[in-house]
Amino acid sequence: MTYLLKPKFHHPHLPKNGLGLTHRDYEGSVSTLCAGCGHDSISAAIIQACFELDLPPHRVAKMSGIGCSSKTPTYFLGQSHGFNSVHGRMPTIATGANLANRDLVYLGVSGDGDSASIGLGHFAHCLRRGVKMVYIVENNGVYGLTKGQFSATADRGSISKGGVGNADEPMDLVSMAILLGASYVARGFSGDKHQLVPLIKGAIEHRGMAFLDVISPCVAFNNHAGSTKSFDYVREHNEAVNALEVMLPREEITAEYASGSAVDIAQHDGSVIRLRKLAESYDPTDRLAAMAYIQERRAAGEIVTGLLHIDEDIRDLNGRLNTTETPLNSLGYEELCPGSGAIERINAQLR
Amino acid sequence: MNAPLPAAATTSAVCINDFVVKFANVNGSGSASANRLFARSIFRMGVPVASRNIFPSNIQGLPTWYEVRVSEAGHIGRRGGVDLMVAMNPQTWAQDLAEIEPGGYLFYDSTRPMPPSSFRDDITVIGMPLTAIANARYKDPRQRQLFKNIIYLGALAELLGIDSQVVEALIGEQFRRKEKLIPANIEALAMGREHARAELGPINLKVRRADAVGDRILIDGNNAAGLGAVYGGATVAAWYPITPSTSLAEAFERYCRRFRVDPETGKNRYAIVQAEDELAAIGMVIGAAWNGARAFTATAGPGLSLMQEFLGLAYFAEIPAVLFDVQRGGPSTGMPTRTQQSDILTAAYASHGDTKHVLLLPGDPHECFEFGALAFDLADRLQTPVFVMLDLDIGMNEWLCEPLAWDDSKKFDRGKVLTSAELEAGREFGRYLDIDDDGIAYRTVPGTHPDKGTFFTRGTSHNRYARYSEEGADYVDNMQRLLKKFETAKALVPAPIESKSEKPTRYGVIYFGSTSPSMHEALAGLAAEDIHLDMLRVRAFPFADAVAEFVLAHDRVFVVEQNRDAQLRALLINECELDPARLIKILHYDGTPITARFIRKAIAEEWHLLDAVTHKDAAE
Repeated sequence: MTYLLKPKFHHPHLPKNGLGLTHRDYEGSVSTLCAGCGHDSISAAIIQACFELDLPPHRVAKMSGIGCSSKTPTYFLGQSHGFNSVHGRMPTIATGANLANRDLVYLGVSGDGDSASIGLGHFAHCLRRGVKMVYIVENNGVYGLTKGQFSATADRGSISKGGVGNADEPMDLVSMAILLGASYVARGFSGDKHQLVPLIKGAIEHRGMAFLDVISPCVAFNNHAGSTKSFDYVREHNEAVNALEVMLPREEITAEYASGSAVDIAQHDGSVIRLRKLAESYDPTDRLAAMAYIQERRAAGEIVTGLLHIDEDIRDLNGRLNTTETPLNSLGYEELCPGSGAIERINAQLR
Repeated sequence: MNAPLPAAATTSAVCINDFVVKFANVNGSGSASANRLFARSIFRMGVPVASRNIFPSNIQGLPTWYEVRVSEAGHIGRRGGVDLMVAMNPQTWAQDLAEIEPGGYLFYDSTRPMPPSSFRDDITVIGMPLTAIANARYKDPRQRQLFKNIIYLGALAELLGIDSQVVEALIGEQFRRKEKLIPANIEALAMGREHARAELGPINLKVRRADAVGDRILIDGNNAAGLGAVYGGATVAAWYPITPSTSLAEAFERYCRRFRVDPETGKNRYAIVQAEDELAAIGMVIGAAWNGARAFTATAGPGLSLMQEFLGLAYFAEIPAVLFDVQRGGPSTGMPTRTQQSDILTAAYASHGDTKHVLLLPGDPHECFEFGALAFDLADRLQTPVFVMLDLDIGMNEWLCEPLAWDDSKKFDRGKVLTSAELEAGREFGRYLDIDDDGIAYRTVPGTHPDKGTFFTRGTSHNRYARYSEEGADYVDNMQRLLKKFETAKALVPAPIESKSEKPTRYGVIYFGSTSPSMHEALAGLAAEDIHLDMLRVRAFPFADAVAEFVLAHDRVFVVEQNRDAQLRALLINECELDPARLIKILHYDGTPITARFIRKAIAEEWHLLDAVTHKDAAE
């Protein structure tokens, strides 16, 4: 409950990161979500990822729409500015914020109702534009806050808690994201923190549009037999195509893998994503093959997870618009106002 | 009532520098640039002109009109009636013919003979075989079409006495970058002139050089407002194409390319996004403004409807945003290429729940520029959306107005934004804490300070420290502070402009926006009928106290506006708690810009009724 304050007491020997901050410095208020909610695991993974990346919390802006998932930015990064906007429109807020200041890390949290239904247009166009941000959909296939209606990502044939089958085709957000030009596309599972934390770290380090679809079972309305978004179902059908390790420039690369089983992908900021292949033939840099593989496995009833697509040859929205390196929100009068001399010239042209 | 008609229309005396010419064309036929040359030539001769495009929502083949008011006296609103109709569109022949003043002129293409029954006997008909002349000289069908326009321009210049050197100079300017086209156009112009000189009789409408323009300029309001956004420091624009606002966003982009490219790096000091819809456009503006940039969108009625939810968020979470609404005929798709002032209430109370928004109401393009820049200061100062309410008439027509002005000593007012140093110095921070007792709290921009000044922005109810709260007391406290802020806004927005009639009067008139020039002309006419009115032009909402005082100082006040439901009047009654009986509606809403004749007639009729009543009261 938000009125329950977290104790300020800290263990004196909590581990510190490169900034001298502890895990606690990346936490937020106490979650008001249901006990066992997958979303809380994602919040914990975000906290872990930001801690491990030594991110200064105040250089992160958190944004969300409306829904259970959109409530979560309150529960992590309490020292960051946050913006809980309107239903489905988070991508537009993130786009505008990104144009105003290209130097912050933008972390957008959305849900399947938010991004696959009411805000589908904004989801699509934000990806097309290559907004530099981390866009996480906490995907549970169900409307939680309004108590259990199917969402647009619910699989056809999935059974609701009330026993009704879903008749409509689902939106497959990762396939759409790859198609729409997101340059980092991953799918994770809230029940697999070991996979999820590196996926989030890789997304934060990525210098373009990073999209993460995280299957996050709803314990209240969509975790029963017959649901295809329950913990049990996802565990049984999860096919991880790779395992990720994100190494910062300052870190010594220690892990060794047999040749051919690991690939290093250098990111623009100097960090390296080391990918250990689990599905031997899967190559996330091959956009077309990645889409085909995901569809193939989906037809076979499997949920493909891992880093599904990455393209380091990117130009983000600010790059495409050729905006100044100085964030637009830092430009002053002298740089922005042409002054009275220019007005006189314009007047002369209008006579 | 039978008001005397202006001399131009009724007498056969030569009418100099005071008449209306209307061109009836087919859109897509290239007539617009010839017609514009016509108006600008008269302007260059020192005679005030006002030209208005009345066009369809279509690219090719439908009727379009271009009306030019010539007035040495400086009346630049629509007068009503036409003295010379240039009827180039058979589709609209009957209605164009009917619009000509008795004693006026019809100019038409006489290539195909028409029976006498096609004309009126109270007008002078001038036939010129334009198609035949053009076809004899040109082979290419497109050339035949385009030069036909220039040929009639030459003929009209000859008939009206427009200086051919002025027209030729303008042609030279127009084709500055396509010089090869200049001689051909000048030749066509001469063909028209020679024909008129040899074959067409003199007419008694004349343009004579004058010195009545001064240093005024011709500019459309969208262009001026787009430039205003550049001067106001806007760096982020997000918009979705919609008539009649599109040219505002395009003007902003054009001026940014000219003024906002870093000369050293070639990088842009601006970002423009053509959004996927209007919801996204306002969302991007809110996101950018929340993050410390000055941002705006430009739209029209349907877009404003789509933005409602977000506008409530910006009001409640207190985020600066600037919105230019170029109003058109509503509701629904309505009349997308026709003008109205019918978004006033939608804008003033935009979104669900209790809201009130700041509206700026420019009266001409000069003010579109001024208010366009000012809106950004106001939005930052008041931390709320600010609407600049243009309409199609102001936005898309070139108006004669005072030159644009900028004071270099002015700097941007970014409002109450705490810096890192101020936070470091230990200033208490509560995002919605009213420290200065003006209803405006201090804000911080993301990324300012490592451990001070962060807050969570939300559309849910919140306490003074931006924390989620469902407590009734917190909610009421916040809503009351928002009212106080709106009260603060009264003193910051442009004040109304009042002017007294020459004779003392118990009657007044309130108007705003594009109604202004027709209103001025109507008042001059009414004064001639011994109907005297004090005037007040409203320039912003919230209304200054002077607005209610003006109403209370008069027995009756006419409220002239261009919508069906008397929206400004409703806002006055609601916000100033005025007796509705004091405020008499004068409404014009057929989609065409209001005319001086309409206002004059409507007010005179109401006035005579009132006068009868008040005299009766006095007798009893």
